[in-house]
Amino acid sequence: MKDFILKHIAAIILPFICIYGFYVILHGHISPGGSFAGGIIVGLSFIAFITIYGSRKGHAQMPDKVLVFMESYGTLWYGIMGMIGIFKGVPFLANKLAGVNLGAPWALSSGGLISLIGIGVGIRVTSTIITLFFTMMEDES
Amino acid sequence: MNLKIKKLFALAVILMSVYMIIMVVAELPPYGEPNNPVHNNVSERYINDALHDTGVPNMVTAIVFDYRAYDTMFEAIVLFAATLAVVITLKRWKKAGDNK
Repeated sequence: MKDFILKHIAAIILPFICIYGFYVILHGHISPGGSFAGGIIVGLSFIAFITIYGSRKGHAQMPDKVLVFMESYGTLWYGIMGMIGIFKGVPFLANKLAGVNLGAPWALSSGGLISLIGIGVGIRVTSTIITLFFTMMEDES
Repeated sequence: MNLKIKKLFALAVILMSVYMIIMVVAELPPYGEPNNPVHNNVSERYINDALHDTGVPNMVTAIVFDYRAYDTMFEAIVLFAATLAVVITLKRWKKAGDNK
């Protein structure tokens, strides 16, 4: 128990940082912020967890399988959302043209495809930054 | 002697290019004027119609995910490829007979 204070303070603070990151991702279209910034915040909360609690516990929280899944399907999600336009007979990635319900401005559900795409991009940015960190700080054992 | 001439020539070239750059900067229109040529009908269209076209109050998100959606999509794919390259080059793969 060398870093008693650090570990306990981190256990209190890190969940709030993670929740704040999800808030920034979900509200990316109605507030300043966005999915790239929110994904970075979520990723940084995990990076702080890994640096404080050690790489082994970090791997237990975020296995490589989950990271690969998030990375590849987050990228593919963008393309799937774009295909909605093709099925409706309008250009790729069309939003208003495709007849998606845009909703009332300032509501969380507004924006049609924009908020859905934003969630996917936030997830994949999170996995990107965690993957880079894991790859670069692999220890000897 | 030869080196001195070379250095003098380099100095002359640098001074000429600095003079050119300063003249170009002096010709620029003042910053933030409403009549500048950058403020053409493209930005006007975005400012006036972004809320109506996309239903999103955040104009940056409206441009990034709707007007410039292709750009963002391939930006995401570039990020994916960069991560793939980093993992391939830097990750230490365990060999099959390695019992470490």
